[in-house]
Amino acid sequence: MDSQVVTPVSVARPRIGMRLRIVSLLAPLTVAAGIGWALVQPYRLTLLHPRGQGFWWLAVEPPLLVCFAGIVFGVFVARPLIADLEGDSGTTE
Amino acid sequence: MVHWLFATGVLVLGLLMLAEVIVGREVWARRRWRIYLWPGLAFGLGVLMWPVMTFFTNSAIHMVAHGAWAQALMALGGAELGLAKGKLHSRWWRLATPVGIGVSGVAFLVHEQNPWFFARAAFLHHLMGWTLIGASAVALLIILRPRSVVMRTAFACSVIALSVMLFCDRDVAPVFGHLSPVAGPPHR
Repeated sequence: MDSQVVTPVSVARPRIGMRLRIVSLLAPLTVAAGIGWALVQPYRLTLLHPRGQGFWWLAVEPPLLVCFAGIVFGVFVARPLIADLEGDSGTTE
Repeated sequence: MVHWLFATGVLVLGLLMLAEVIVGREVWARRRWRIYLWPGLAFGLGVLMWPVMTFFTNSAIHMVAHGAWAQALMALGGAELGLAKGKLHSRWWRLATPVGIGVSGVAFLVHEQNPWFFARAAFLHHLMGWTLIGASAVALLIILRPRSVVMRTAFACSVIALSVMLFCDRDVAPVFGHLSPVAGPPHR
């Protein structure tokens, strides 16, 4: 039986799909690492116990910095990169 | 505290390098601004290292070490920016990265006066020094085999590992249960 709806699948597609998945995971994994750190060592978040803390101890919260790095990377780098990869997977179809 | 701020910058640097390896150079360079990202960030971290050297170091040897890191980061960032822009043509400029990272590693090892298990800071200085020396060897191999995904992944992962080490730094803290009595009482 012949089918008219079957289209040839490019070999590049699974590879692009894998790359897309890994790149889209980088930012959430980084943010998750920061949240995990905050849960394991809540005393590192001086915002939870601000009394007696100086400005810098309140401004620099290491687990939040990890989350911040993940968000910045996700919004400004990963998102346009994913758009480019999705464009690639669209053209190979 | 300054170490944590730099750790954030180094973490972003590592993520950028890892993303570039994952998607490949062709996709990475599709948007022109992306090729300047990691060299620009490395250069910026070098510039920011100068105020750290001036205001946050408490001995001559620390000042020299931080000055060496500032120069190394600016040199390798500047060279990579020049190569990305196409202003620098000689492939010898590619040596700026392994040399800069190697110098940074040596600076870590030379300025740490205490043994590995003296305190956490001493342990991390030794670990970061050797990690950077290893990373400089990998960066050298990348020049010889620029398409090697394994080498480029190893390099990006070593930068991320460096950021984790910087995040682990404390003023005085034990390392694996070891803390020299002359290091003083533990504090963050």
